[in-house]
This record gives sequence, C-alpha cells and structure tokens, in this order.
Amino acid sequence: MPETEYLLLVAGMGLVTYLLRWVPLFFFSRMVLPRGLVEWLDLIPVSIMSALVFPDLLTSGAPKHLDLFQVKSIVAVPTLLFAFKTKSPGGTVLVGMLLYWLAGRL
Amino acid sequence: MKDFRKIFVAGIKAAWPICLGYFPIGLAFGVLARKAGIEPLYIGAMSLLVFAGSAQFIAVSMLSAGTDPVSIVLTTFVVNLRHILMSSSLSVYFQHCSRKFISLTAYGVTDESFAVNQTRFRSGSWTPGEALAVNQVSNAAWVSSTILGGYCGELIPEGSFGIDYALSAMFISLLVLQLRGRLYILTALISGSLAVLLAVLLPGNIHVMAASLVAATFGFVLRRQASRRVKDTHA
Repeated sequence: MPETEYLLLVAGMGLVTYLLRWVPLFFFSRMVLPRGLVEWLDLIPVSIMSALVFPDLLTSGAPKHLDLFQVKSIVAVPTLLFAFKTKSPGGTVLVGMLLYWLAGRL
Repeated sequence: MKDFRKIFVAGIKAAWPICLGYFPIGLAFGVLARKAGIEPLYIGAMSLLVFAGSAQFIAVSMLSAGTDPVSIVLTTFVVNLRHILMSSSLSVYFQHCSRKFISLTAYGVTDESFAVNQTRFRSGSWTPGEALAVNQVSNAAWVSSTILGGYCGELIPEGSFGIDYALSAMFISLLVLQLRGRLYILTALISGSLAVLLAVLLPGNIHVMAASLVAATFGFVLRRQASRRVKDTHA
C-alpha cells in the first residue's frame, strides 16, 4: 500500500473513532439531561466494566470461544478477593500480576 | 485551579496501571504491524491518530488480507461504537469545561482511561484536568510502545512478571469499586453473562456495547419499579 493511501486510511480510522468519542462528550456536557437519562447513565459504567471483564476472563482465542477454566480466570478469583478486601486498584494490579506470573511457573 | 505539575503527577499516579498494561499489547501490535510491512513511524502514526488498540489490531490483519480501505474504516467505526457510551457517561463531569478542552479530552477516551477516570470522578476527588492528564499519559505509553514494538519487538521477552495480566487485574479492581449496592451487582452479572454469550456468538467486540445497553436498561427498569413500590406503600 502506498504511503499516501495508508495515511488517508489511518486518518479515516482516526476521524470515525474521534467522532464516536467527541460527539456525546461535547453535546451532552452542554445539556441538562433528563433525570431518567441520568439514572440510566448511572448504570452504564458498571455495565461496561462487566462487559469488558467477563469475556476477558471467560473466553479465549479469535474468534472467541468459551474457556471457563483458563489461567486468567483461575487467577481472577484471588485477585477479586484482594480487590474486595483492599479496594486498591494499584495493589490489585501488582497482586494479579504476581499471581499470574506464579501460575505460569507451575 | 491546581498547577500543571500537580495535575500531571496525579495523572501519572492514576495512569501507571494503564501504561503497564499497554506496554506488552503495544509491543505485540508493533511486531504484528511490522510483519504486515508497516514502517515503525507509520505504526506510530496509526497509534497517534486512532488510539484504539483492538481496532488497530483488526485493521492490520485486514490490511494483511488485502481488504479495501473503506471496509477497514467501517469496521473501525463498528468496533469503536462502545466509546459512545463511555463518553456519554463521562459527559456529566465536564459541564463547566471549554469546548476546546472537551475536544482535547475526547481524543483520549479509551476503555482503560474511561474506567480509571469514571471511578475517580465518582469518588469525588477528581477534576477534568486530571482526567485529561490520565488520557495523555496513557496515549504517550501506547504510541511509544507500538513504535518500540515496530523497531525491536522481537528482542523483548514475552510475558515477563505477569505483565500480560496488568489490564485484567486493573479492570477487576475497578469493577469491584463500581459495585455499590445490590442493583449494581445484579446489573454487573447480567451485563457480564450477556457479554460472554455475545462475544462467543458475534465477531469483533460489539458485545461490549450490546450487553451494556441491555443490562443498564434492565437495571434502570428494576430501579424504577422499586421506587414505585416504595411510593405505593407510602400512599
């Protein structure tokens, strides 16, 4: 692929991605949102984070297939307990990495 | 108004798990893109302009397969649809910011920066400036690690010190911080189960957006019904 064409492609990818991020942030921050929408948006973060975490731990491969008992999901159990106990993201990252590294050495 | 240095330090303190997590993924992306025949600086150009890991991986594999640019751009759009929800959810914290500032911050809304910033904003000790710092620090880590991967990714041993688990652990801990009551736990379980099901059934990662929409709506309806019941008993 010639350089100009590649840069055009990348610019196009960048533009659509930026618009998806910019439009809601730009317009919603300028509006008084109806109470119902605010209540609904309140549940969006927890939904998104679950939708990111569960497939990350319980599926593998491309295309994805169910993989319930992989190292990632087994290590997630003590990592989750540590996260509940300490509520510390930084500590949880270090403990999770350590456990994952240890599990890989077994 | 905190001074710039304080804001930057706060950003680094909040963003280091993201940087740690981006590093191996960025390296892997650089190696893959180099194999597809893209020069390191052009790899960097993609990371800078797009700043969306999964979309970049998909784009490079489509490029290798000789897919036409229009299809790649459309696929990028679909893969990144989930950012609409993230930006919408963050918008409530940016009501007093200038248009320029919001436009700059929007650039760095990724899964990871969203999760970190949302959690901090919620705890009440976070400012838009610090959120922007998190976005830009993460961005620097992403762009530089993909370029590094393009230059010498093969020389760096893979998976040292469990670094591949950094982002998984970070998301686990941020999810735990979101569970502030029974309704949130229930919403999380619905969203998570549905996301797993859809991830297996559908290509790409549209499952994140689809599961979130359904679960949040379900939780919202439950909350409305509960508050109605409370009103009825008081009537």
